[in-house]
Amino acid sequence: MSDFFQHLINGVAAGTIYALVALGYTMVYGVLKLINFAHGDVMMVGVYMGYATARKLGPGAQSSFLGVLLIFLVAMAGCALLGLLIERFAYRPLREKPRLTALITAIGISFTLSYGFQLDIGFLPGAAPRAFPEIIRPTEWVVFGDRDVVIWNWQVISFGIAFLLTVVLQYLVFQTRFGTAMRAVSFDHRVASLMGIPTDRIIAGTFVLGSALAAGAGLLYAIKDTAVQPLMGLYVGLKAFVAAVIGGIGHVPGAVVGALLLGLVEEFVVGYTSSSWRDAVAFGFLIFVLLARPQGLFGSIAAEKV
Amino acid sequence: MGASVAGLPRTMPYWLRGLAPFLIAIPAVALFQLGIGQFPFLVYIASIVGVNVVLAVSLNIVNGMTGQFSIGHAGFMAVGAYMSAKFSLGMKDVAISIVPVAVSDQILFVAALLVGGAVAAFCGFIVGLPSLRLRGDYLAIVTLGFGEIIRVIVQNTEAFGRALGLSGTPQYSSVFMVWFWVFVTVLVARRIAGSSHGRSLWAIREDEVAAEAMGVDTTGYKVRAFVISAFFAGIAGGLFGHFVPIINPGSFTWVKSMEVVVMIVAGGLGSTTGAIVAAVALTLLPEFMRSAFTALGGGDSSIAQRVDQVRMPIYGILLVILMLSRPQGLFGTREIWDVLPRWLPRRRRPSNRPVPQ
Repeated sequence: MSDFFQHLINGVAAGTIYALVALGYTMVYGVLKLINFAHGDVMMVGVYMGYATARKLGPGAQSSFLGVLLIFLVAMAGCALLGLLIERFAYRPLREKPRLTALITAIGISFTLSYGFQLDIGFLPGAAPRAFPEIIRPTEWVVFGDRDVVIWNWQVISFGIAFLLTVVLQYLVFQTRFGTAMRAVSFDHRVASLMGIPTDRIIAGTFVLGSALAAGAGLLYAIKDTAVQPLMGLYVGLKAFVAAVIGGIGHVPGAVVGALLLGLVEEFVVGYTSSSWRDAVAFGFLIFVLLARPQGLFGSIAAEKV
Repeated sequence: MGASVAGLPRTMPYWLRGLAPFLIAIPAVALFQLGIGQFPFLVYIASIVGVNVVLAVSLNIVNGMTGQFSIGHAGFMAVGAYMSAKFSLGMKDVAISIVPVAVSDQILFVAALLVGGAVAAFCGFIVGLPSLRLRGDYLAIVTLGFGEIIRVIVQNTEAFGRALGLSGTPQYSSVFMVWFWVFVTVLVARRIAGSSHGRSLWAIREDEVAAEAMGVDTTGYKVRAFVISAFFAGIAGGLFGHFVPIINPGSFTWVKSMEVVVMIVAGGLGSTTGAIVAAVALTLLPEFMRSAFTALGGGDSSIAQRVDQVRMPIYGILLVILMLSRPQGLFGTREIWDVLPRWLPRRRRPSNRPVPQ
């Protein structure tokens, strides 16, 4: 029974990290109807930025409160800039082209980032995994019984951050002018621009927000997993996307619910069978959900007009 | 339309017109085999190129002609490779007594290929089913997920050698066999493109809803396109499994699928000859660069490894630049004989396929 509770806790913890990445997917999809394949790789770049900052700070400063804050800020700002650049130079020129064109571009960017970072030319880090510095020292916060069920501090911290960010996003999307504009662009970006909404700026803002979220999520992930490598973004990104689709893509709380569900399903299947099945579980779950409910758990079906 | 398949005159008797491609291709492929058969390196390169052409042309049936974006082609290839390798390993000691050993081996090889192709085609049917409900990007993710699931299953199955892979598969493959299947794949793809079946696929590509309104059974055509495409991917996998010493899950990752996608996007989604040209070019280029750098570096293989590393990011950049500058690829939906007359200083010939807007 204690196994069950430990898996439950680990599953929720994994799910919260997927949730943060999934929020970025879901926002971009909501606004542009584009699967931003490169999102996971933007997250990977953010983790490397955080890694570089932590190394610059040195072992003492990197685990102080200000140091951690700085690491998060640098990574999030760097990723926001990267997201902005990708949007400006790769996606914006293709906005009026068929959606497949943008999807292929996104795949191309994802490929470039994840394999480009495997080179060891110039500032690029090379393919070898690196140990992420312990910026938040893992400690056991709550222990039940004889270490039967353990809750770690980073699990609580990432859950707290994910919950907070979801609430903030929900507020942003439904209560602010920016959010109203975002929803208008999502509804129909041509009409929105006729109504005086600066479409380009709103879309760029969405990318900035999503990429910064991804960087934060990536750092939380790195704290847990400690190994940083260029292909890490690919799978986390794909799974976060799966989570967003399960929840109904374009739906903010749906992405969080989907991510938690995915984290739990993965953790339980892996926990009771073998860890080598981990990657198959997510996709199997996705195919199952899409066949049963193609619009996702919370999504609604939009009739296709001709 | 029919006349443009190989530029054959319509006055030929119909049975000869059907046979003519075989009559031309088989001696040509045999000559190719005679020409380079005794150089192992060239045989290897020619086989790799052939397998990639089969993959690209078959993926083009789904992605190019039907407009369904599948990015899990390596999964079908893996199914074909493992199934046919298992078949060959199981039949290793079996020989058909009334024919010489070499002939019996080749018969078993063809049987193994067909087994691999058939199982892959069945998987194509399974993956084709979700495409009834999903469109565009969702379908892409499902096919990607399917490819990954195949890889994970192989990695966890003792019979398939887990992560180590299968080795000791009899090396039945030859340039003749590979390029014979290249020919068959291209012939089937071209015949589909020119037939009424192909017209329906083009209609689905251009506008699914409109095609359905015009009475095209979109579901049936999409699933059939998937099945045909998967069958040839399985064949390609089977061929691959019979000339490389070992097959392991690492050969059939997402990267392999993406390589094929890059090929058909670069060649032009929907253009069979474009897919062929791009597959040949994108396979030969890194091989030549590797050989050239190894030769230049005096046998130093570290530079050659660098070429391999740089290849992937270059593919990525190539995709982005192509999409930004020429999203229709090299030939668009046309074939090389539609495009060449414009480049050569000869009389202009009107394109014989409506160009999509």
